[in-house]
Amino acid sequence: MNPSKRKKKEKMFHIVKREVLPWQKSWGIRATAIILALIVCAVVTMIFTGDNPIQVYSTVWRGAFGTARKSWVTLQNLAILLLISLALTPAFKMRFWNIGGEGQVLIGGLAAATCMIKLDGVLPNAVVILLMIVTSLLAGAVWGIIPAFFKAKWNTNETLSTLMMNYIATQLVAYFIVLWEVPKGSGKIGIINQNTNTGWLPDVFGSKYLLSILVAVVVTVFMYLYLKYSKQGYEIAVVGESDATAKYVGIKVEQVIIRTVALSGALCGLVGLLLVGGINHTITTTITGGQGFTAVMVSWMAKFNPIAMIFTSFLIVFMNRGAGEISTTFGLNQSYSDILMGIILFFLIGCEFFITYKISYSKKKKEEE
Amino acid sequence: MKKFVSMLLTVVMILSLTACGSTGSGSGSKNNKVKAGFICLHDENSTYDKNFIDAAIAACDEMGIEYLIKKNIPEGQECYEAACDLAEAGCNFIFADSFGHEDYMIEAAKEYKDVQFCHATGTKAHTEGLDNFHNAFASIYEGRYLAGIAAGMKLNEMIDNGEITADQAKMGYVGAFTYAEVISGYTSFFLGARSVCPTVTMEVTFTGSWYDETAEKEGANKLIEDGCVLISQHADSMGAPTACETAGVPNISYNGSTASACPNTFIVSSRINWEPYFKYAMDCVANDKAIDTDWTGSIATGSVELTDLGTAATPGTKEAIEDAKAKMEAGTLHVFDISTFTVNGETLNSYMADVDSDPAYEKDTEVIVDGYFKESGDGFRSAPYFDLQIDGITLLDMKF
Repeated sequence: MNPSKRKKKEKMFHIVKREVLPWQKSWGIRATAIILALIVCAVVTMIFTGDNPIQVYSTVWRGAFGTARKSWVTLQNLAILLLISLALTPAFKMRFWNIGGEGQVLIGGLAAATCMIKLDGVLPNAVVILLMIVTSLLAGAVWGIIPAFFKAKWNTNETLSTLMMNYIATQLVAYFIVLWEVPKGSGKIGIINQNTNTGWLPDVFGSKYLLSILVAVVVTVFMYLYLKYSKQGYEIAVVGESDATAKYVGIKVEQVIIRTVALSGALCGLVGLLLVGGINHTITTTITGGQGFTAVMVSWMAKFNPIAMIFTSFLIVFMNRGAGEISTTFGLNQSYSDILMGIILFFLIGCEFFITYKISYSKKKKEEE
Repeated sequence: MKKFVSMLLTVVMILSLTACGSTGSGSGSKNNKVKAGFICLHDENSTYDKNFIDAAIAACDEMGIEYLIKKNIPEGQECYEAACDLAEAGCNFIFADSFGHEDYMIEAAKEYKDVQFCHATGTKAHTEGLDNFHNAFASIYEGRYLAGIAAGMKLNEMIDNGEITADQAKMGYVGAFTYAEVISGYTSFFLGARSVCPTVTMEVTFTGSWYDETAEKEGANKLIEDGCVLISQHADSMGAPTACETAGVPNISYNGSTASACPNTFIVSSRINWEPYFKYAMDCVANDKAIDTDWTGSIATGSVELTDLGTAATPGTKEAIEDAKAKMEAGTLHVFDISTFTVNGETLNSYMADVDSDPAYEKDTEVIVDGYFKESGDGFRSAPYFDLQIDGITLLDMKF
């Protein structure tokens, strides 16, 4: 933020940190950014493909909400991405860079899959589901606690350790797939208990999509209240601001770190449970699909505000859902939607600059002085 | 909460901006009775998917059938959703191209009884008992055998030229998984080569992925360093062929010709042509006929093809292949004739294969009939189940 390059000449402008903007203004800037982004996307679309941008956008819309089923799937995808983002948030708020969401989800999913495969026909379905819930939450929590413990005890770099835990989880899943693959040698487990449906999470009100959505609603409200109003939420914020302050006021920092990351991991484990027991009914090494990393961005763009995360994760899911439809209709490939997404993110993240800082031009400043 | 309201407004703004206009898709239609939907694991960048997509478009255009293609559909619930989307879009013939799609196609088939669901390389149609779910494959092992003859001829040429001794006639094979489809493929390739070059041996390595360019390249390089003088592969990237071109080692390819990328080392490639199956199945839908539960294409149906020979092929290869092909069609030559191979030094007179897929890998069906291993046989299933380790082939790793 140092405009010293222009030192010799008279400075053209200064970048000054703003006072906190009123919410109408800051959201106005964000809305403008999105509209500008959509216009740039439209121009890019016309230049490179010759397709009508309005048609492209309407196709994106149809991909996400074209039929009742598509709308449900969009909401379900939204729920999953939102849940992972929510799960990572307490850790981030504490300035603990948990980028191990991918592994924590995966290991939770593996725990659920293990129960489904090993307990089919051994225990009643309700007990199996109960065990799946317990084990997947626990597995996710353990996957978080390991790096948190090392961080708390010896101040190891959690960015590295959580990242490395992802690979361990992936390799573990790969190992168990080889162990349980059907048919032999195929490298796939396929749908688990397709005929007995043991361990399949139940439909809610006759809908197979609703469960994840309801869980996401509950967790969003919980996380909002937890971070904003609970004592633990306050401790997280204090530890995030300064270790020393936290220690001075008598917060047990090590305990808070481990507890918070355990919560973070357990919620990721819950997503693993939903993905394996509720949605896919199988386990693969790619079942998380990189959402553990996307969630980092979702959480950051929302400034760790659970309610704002609904919006940021919606934006990403909406564009992804539309992408498939674009490729079917226009014969463009998946990368094209990545390009559109990149433009939109560029504007969205860029506009935060204008919300936090203002540019004041030299002349104007002199007049003011 | 005010923030939330403003956010909602923003969302509505974006949505209203995008919610106008509509588009149609598919080609011009003469045949209104059938609308086809295709689900592909990747897009045209994968040689495997391209092979399906090209055939689908060709068949639909020829029959005047409207179609939709969904690409980059992973092997999970997304496949089920894609199949349901297509059914809701009016498709009454829906096809998925990847092995891992099968279970999700079955789920969709249970829900949409009036729609015909077909799946390539799958194993479950004959045990699921659904009227509207079908498997299809082709006797690609016959194509591999013929390509193996081209390999054997090349080895003979190298021996005759004094480049290698008869004992050094060792081939290498890069496989994806230790799955029956791959085992069947490399064994038939090997038997084809041995039918003309009796001293040949082969080493096989596995990558643990159907598409992993780096691993396939490394696998091929490892085999070349090991002394393999000719390479073939069963995986979907250009990894192995390009490694061969760089090292100057002749290559037998799969899925289609790699002659343009590997002009000096490409001999020949076998591939499955899916067009005959698409035409057959869509014709059944158009005329309200039942589609076979298991359909196995062959050389005779035009489903198993060899590409044109590359410059690296030995003179006389074409004639040798034509000769063997004629014998296959006449039924006098069987690829897995039990007199041509041994397992642990013994001839196999009986073998129970795992034809009905189950987690216990139960050996359920006698597959040696009339003196040969009956691969992809009528009444069994279309996907391969040959999983024997025959003498003469060394597996370097079996971790996948």
